[in-house]
Amino acid sequence: MSDIAIPQAEDIQIYEPSFFGTYSKKIGMWLFLLSDSLTFGALLFAYTYGRVSTPNWPTPFHSESIRNATLMTAFLLTSSLTMVLAVRAAVEGKAAAQRLWLLATMACGLGFVILHGREWSNLIAEGLTLPLFPAVPGHANAEFTEVAKTVPQFPATFFGLTGMHMLHVTIGVIYLGVVALRKKFIPILLGLWLVAWLGTPAYSPFHYAAHVLLLAAIVISIILWLKPKVYDAADVEVAGLYWHFVDLVWMFIFPLVYLMSTRIV
Amino acid sequence: MDAVQLAIEERVFEQHRHHPKAQFFWVWGALLVITGIEVYLAYQNMEPIRMLSILMGLSIIKAALIIAYFMHMKFEIGTMKWLTMGSLVVCLSLMCIFLPDALRIIQLGVR
Repeated sequence: MSDIAIPQAEDIQIYEPSFFGTYSKKIGMWLFLLSDSLTFGALLFAYTYGRVSTPNWPTPFHSESIRNATLMTAFLLTSSLTMVLAVRAAVEGKAAAQRLWLLATMACGLGFVILHGREWSNLIAEGLTLPLFPAVPGHANAEFTEVAKTVPQFPATFFGLTGMHMLHVTIGVIYLGVVALRKKFIPILLGLWLVAWLGTPAYSPFHYAAHVLLLAAIVISIILWLKPKVYDAADVEVAGLYWHFVDLVWMFIFPLVYLMSTRIV
Repeated sequence: MDAVQLAIEERVFEQHRHHPKAQFFWVWGALLVITGIEVYLAYQNMEPIRMLSILMGLSIIKAALIIAYFMHMKFEIGTMKWLTMGSLVVCLSLMCIFLPDALRIIQLGVR
């Protein structure tokens, strides 16, 4: 009898390996992250250019600001760890652990945003502000007013860079909320909107920026009702890539914006 | 969902299951330690260019750890690694061509 094997239908591979060796959703998210890296790269380049070409660039951050920023960095790094554990739980099919780690990641992200919001509010109260922001009552001769007057590029680059990053973190928390909780997240998001809107004074920029949460709630309602789906391990991994990117950008913003502007007494 | 994509996903997740969880904790610890070093250096009153070089070097190490381990790039195939990271480095480097212009403004002075 011949020993030549005749290939059967079940022996034939059902797929060809993809060019990048992974699934399309992941490749799509990587392409988006590459483009977003260039956005932040351009912002950081503009900040560096402005700083190098301005002779009297201020270094006004007290130790409280640096301590706060270091704590924020620790929150984000921990959130990256919890995100990786969420992906591992998703891959192993452990739904409860997946949800728990995703909620832990969201909690760390929310902690980052709250600390950053407090930092902004303190700096604005001290006089570091933009013409765009509402005037804070009763702080005409505050410490940072001179900085904002003599080097207006400082507040512009600071709020521009950190504001763009904060927006990305907020979108990331919402993204993870949708993956973890789906429709159950919408009332939570609406509650967060109300707390952010009504809990901030009218002269705080967050009083107006809070409406981003309402907009997000409307958008995710439309998406979840038009295309309801169960988010699987691939969706969790892709969400994880976005979250790690947000952490990665902070690894550059923290030293360039905060540590290079430390006030050393 | 496309059967081909599902098959590729299952192969990728099978690889995930074989990686020990301990390495993520080690990377997290290393990132926290490097952050501590950066904060310490910020208070050493160094010459700005020297401090910037050290901080950027440490930031690149942190970024590499996050991309390699947390974003799983270390375990992807060579094409994925080289094409994505290579193109990113090239595009970011292109921006830096204009940085010497910022120094030139200082040297020329302003009226």
